[in-house]
Amino acid sequence: MSNAPVLKGSSFTLSILQLFDSDTDRALAYLAGKVSQAPAFFAQAPLILNVEQVEGDLAFARLKNGIEKLGLHVVGVVGCERTAQQEQAFAAGIPRLRPGSQGSELDIPKGPARTAKASKVVRTPVRSGQQIYAKGRDLVVLGHVSHGAEVIADGSIQIYGTLRGRALAGAAGNGDCHVLCGNQQAELISIAGNYWLSEQIDKQFWQQQVLVTQRDDALQMETIRL
Amino acid sequence: MARIIVVTSGKGGVGKTTSSAAIASGLALAGHKTAVIDFDIGLRNLDLILGCERRVVYDFVNVLNGEASLQQALIKDKRSENLFILPASQTRDKDALTMEGVQQVLSELDQLGFEFVICDSPAGIEHGAMMALYFADEAIITTNPEVSSVRDSDRILGILDAKSKRAEKGLEPVKQHLLITRYNPSRVDAGEMLSVDDILEILNIPLLGVIPESQSVLNASNKGVPVVFEEQADAGQAYQDAVARLVGEDKPMRYVKAEKKSLLKRIFGG
Ligand SMILES: Nc1ncnc2c1ncn2[C@@H]1O[C@H](COP(=O)(O)OP(=O)(O)OP(=O)(O)O)[C@@H](O)[C@H]1O
Ligand SMILES: [Mg+2]
Repeated sequence: MSNAPVLKGSSFTLSILQLFDSDTDRALAYLAGKVSQAPAFFAQAPLILNVEQVEGDLAFARLKNGIEKLGLHVVGVVGCERTAQQEQAFAAGIPRLRPGSQGSELDIPKGPARTAKASKVVRTPVRSGQQIYAKGRDLVVLGHVSHGAEVIADGSIQIYGTLRGRALAGAAGNGDCHVLCGNQQAELISIAGNYWLSEQIDKQFWQQQVLVTQRDDALQMETIRL
Repeated sequence: MARIIVVTSGKGGVGKTTSSAAIASGLALAGHKTAVIDFDIGLRNLDLILGCERRVVYDFVNVLNGEASLQQALIKDKRSENLFILPASQTRDKDALTMEGVQQVLSELDQLGFEFVICDSPAGIEHGAMMALYFADEAIITTNPEVSSVRDSDRILGILDAKSKRAEKGLEPVKQHLLITRYNPSRVDAGEMLSVDDILEILNIPLLGVIPESQSVLNASNKGVPVVFEEQADAGQAYQDAVARLVGEDKPMRYVKAEKKSLLKRIFGG
């Protein structure tokens, strides 16, 4: 039996800091704001710089220092086309990466489109004491979800009636999922294990049409018009 | 085919037995051959409210156990020739209620030409309540205007949607009717009770009737006369309206607004 080390290829999901100019102070201030919103998520997190859009010279070393002070690690740079820029990055100890495909900015999760499996559609009201689980897909409830009822989906959840019970989206850990409801009076709303109890939900959202998403590991609620 | 209607609530003491007796009597008065079955094995209330407790020889459990025929156990009401009562056993245990036994009794009632079979459910969601609702075509959800009662009604509605025979066999769902009982409009106005609209908003099923909280109900049940026979009583009239709606008539809701006290009454009390 051989226990010799082997070299393997793999892919990881990493955060990318997209820069548009050489203003390192502004970039660091932005990042500091993000870190303070979700310190746990960013603690010792690897970060990649995208300098594709940056015209002038960038103070790589200064940027790298500032980022490390925020508790993150710069593990690479992409979009580094000019030789001068490549050398500066290399001098600052930042390896150059060639991305396989270009990622877009993290945005509102595209719940329903993301899953190939058709949504589970529930036409009857979900009553107290009932539990509905949409395994590996989205859940659509046409009526109300009562107090003491629970709707769970590995994907997103859309409730066209009133949500008085509990809704748990992204139950298998997918944080890109959302919860939408026609009238928010929830006992609990959760996305990928991140949850709010009714008392944690801002009063302005009571009895409103809302969309709940997760961003930077924190739940976000907004009123919407259906 | 007989319409099998369960009167159920989840919560106890909300007026199921009172309503079963009133509605069954009202249907019989309107000329429909009606049977009313007491599923509250071990307690026996229905025969008291209907005033036939002294004429009970055989009961539901005797029939289920083959100790008596259905005809022997059915008690003919003294006020209406169209009403028959199948009383519960006071002594037996509710395990006697089996799926096959209940089904057998219901199909015999159908063969005897009954138009309506009203099943008075015990409180809770245990065996007795499940047996009372399992074969139902329709359900009268009896609810008091308070949060806990509405919650329990919601729970029962979920069970009807998931565990009734109609749900299990994928047939047309059990038709649901909301009956709000012990409604007191002035306490609703004072914010001490839920309003009809509050309850409808939560339960979201068609409203069959609103029965006011009334002394006449207590008087009637003490006399062993279902309150529908009290033609002048508010609760009696509200039950008559509910019965009419059950057979497809359109009736406006009464007794849902607080009575305005006249100036004289306000001054002199009353
Ligand atoms: N509209 C009403 N106004 C005043 N009292 C009422 C009214 N309806 C029912 N009651 C009273 O409430 C009590 C309970 O009623 P009832 O026995 O019909 O309830 P139930 O739901 O059958 O109870 P259980 O769950 O024990 O079977 C009785 O004392 C009855 O007289
Ligand atoms: Mg009863």
